Amino acid sequence: MTDQFPAIIVLAPMFGSLIVALVGNRDHRFCLPIVVTSLLISFGAALGVTREVFTSGPVDYFMGGWKEPLGIGIHLRIDAFNSLVLLVIGVVSLLVSSFSLRRTGPKNEEKTPQFFILYLLLCTGLFGITVTGDAFNLFVLIEVSSLASYGLVAMGSNRRGTHAAFNYVIMGTVGASFYLIGVGYLYMKTGSLNMMDIRTILASNQAIAESNAITISFFFILVGIWIKMAFFPLAGWLPNAYSYCPSTSSCLLAPLMTKVSVYVMIRVMMSIFGFEWVFSNPFWTDLVVWLSVIAILAGSIFALAQSEIKKMLCYLIIAEVGYMVGGAWLADSGRWGLTGSIYHIIADAMMTLCLFIAAGTFARKLNATKIIDLEGLFKKAPWTSVGFIVGALAMIGVPPTCGFFSKFYLIRGGIDAGHWGFVTALLISSLINAILFFRIFEIAHFGNKPAEGHDHDHHEEKVEKIPGHWSAHVPLLASAAGIILIGVFNGQIVELIRVALGEIPAVAANLKN
Amino acid sequence: MEQLVEQILEPHFNFWIYVILMMIGLWAVIAKNNLIKKLIGLSIFQTAIILFYVSLGVKEDANIPIKKPTPIEYSEKAYGSEADNKNAYAAAGKTPANEKADSKAGDPQKKKAYEKINPDKIANPLPHVLMLTAIVVGVATLGVALAIAQMIFKEFGTLEEDEVLKVIKGGEQDD
Repeated sequence: MTDQFPAIIVLAPMFGSLIVALVGNRDHRFCLPIVVTSLLISFGAALGVTREVFTSGPVDYFMGGWKEPLGIGIHLRIDAFNSLVLLVIGVVSLLVSSFSLRRTGPKNEEKTPQFFILYLLLCTGLFGITVTGDAFNLFVLIEVSSLASYGLVAMGSNRRGTHAAFNYVIMGTVGASFYLIGVGYLYMKTGSLNMMDIRTILASNQAIAESNAITISFFFILVGIWIKMAFFPLAGWLPNAYSYCPSTSSCLLAPLMTKVSVYVMIRVMMSIFGFEWVFSNPFWTDLVVWLSVIAILAGSIFALAQSEIKKMLCYLIIAEVGYMVGGAWLADSGRWGLTGSIYHIIADAMMTLCLFIAAGTFARKLNATKIIDLEGLFKKAPWTSVGFIVGALAMIGVPPTCGFFSKFYLIRGGIDAGHWGFVTALLISSLINAILFFRIFEIAHFGNKPAEGHDHDHHEEKVEKIPGHWSAHVPLLASAAGIILIGVFNGQIVELIRVALGEIPAVAANLKN
Repeated sequence: MEQLVEQILEPHFNFWIYVILMMIGLWAVIAKNNLIKKLIGLSIFQTAIILFYVSLGVKEDANIPIKKPTPIEYSEKAYGSEADNKNAYAAAGKTPANEKADSKAGDPQKKKAYEKINPDKIANPLPHVLMLTAIVVGVATLGVALAIAQMIFKEFGTLEEDEVLKVIKGGEQDD
């Protein structure tokens, strides 16, 4: 049974979605238990695999027992790096399933089974992307998760969301197709689709590794994944798609889709091309880091210009993607930038989840979609406020939270690599985040009219508490706790990440120095 | 001019076709105003990639990757188990021991028949198999995109992107 864990991680949500399709239409109450059960099975399997990875090294699983690298077998490979991402996906999807217990709106009510089918298919795709060790299989799973996410975005009752979903389909498909072209060139040169196989061929054959086709293939794959992860110049689809879709969809998509795409980028750099090859030309690494500097600054400045809460958060995601891409490309010898980038995948998933659940709760309970609507928030909804404040502080980077530590490692990498532009961009973005969130805190605590505050009779104190529901409070506070725990235990997590990176010989040599 | 054709166009003919098709598709996706035309462009784009992959598996003078059983193998019962089953129904008198002896006798020659296969004479089937998956993915994407286009038509009453954007902007001013 334990041998089959890697397959179970992917298959449990897939069969769960089929069961929801069969049973859920008869009675909508069946949907959520099935979703939670299949996600729990998946999460349990992921935990089991993680335990095995950290006791006895990477786990290899061959679908159907086709062991030879003939190109027909699907190789699932789980090492220390994926297992962390797997756990993050499991935790986030479970927490959001609690949040989606109460979905609002008559249009959403009748589509409950469809929502949960897409929900589980999205999880199937994300788990699959994370475990697979096959370059073409990765494309298929990217498309599985993307197709589910197009549906989830288009489900909202906001008609702007429908138009955003259309743009998302176009951009997403172009991105995935670019990835496919890249894999085609890779296959043309190496004759293999298995990541480890390609890696050995590229490492052993200098002529192939230096050919133009491989460079072109890397370029196409990179641009394709950048579109998927909304790296700044290619991020046009994200803000509208995530801010006009139903809040349950955005809670699931925002923390996971972009982060898993960042994982794919690092995986491609690490396991297909190899860092030595990727970082061999300092011109390109520098260029990408400067692009990420632009992404960070542009994301933060656009966020400053928004009046809607969700849209502001969406632009913050774009800035955060800039952090991760920049960190991964810093190419400092100690790999601290990369460590920070991987740590930030975990941290940012929790931060985004927390803030998006908070924004969803504001929209639901207070009917507040704009920042001005949050007047008196702290009195009306104290528990939601606690979660929101923790998330906001993490975004700014206040010490006990994980946001501080990811910035710490990223900045350390930036200093090691001597890339001061990146360090400055990180600091400026933190300052802008502070302005953004303290502006919200001010409105939430003091209200909109600072100058006239004293003359008014204090009828605001009569504001009644708006009762919340546990289905929103539990995931919100759990993710807030997660933010603090990931921050407090950053030493252990970073050690695990260093273990994951240590599997590559070049890094292992550097770590010893 | 001839040199250009001989040195650049001819040896990479398949790549030129796929690049041109891909650019036509991308141009339609970016420049066309009608949402359905955008989707048509997207399909052309995906089809170009499928052509690219299929052309990877092509070899000159190569045949389809199906192994034709030679007449010798027929007599050696290449599909032994099936034929034997039929025989068993027809003539129940045959013993299992006989069957075993028959197939054993056929083995060395069968092996010879397999060794005759020349990989240069068979097209690479793997890119084709991959493209079957990619075609399915493309169809699914197109289906989702058409469904969303239909929703846009229901909500905005138009499929022209500039008109949709006008309606969205008008709605913002009302707020």
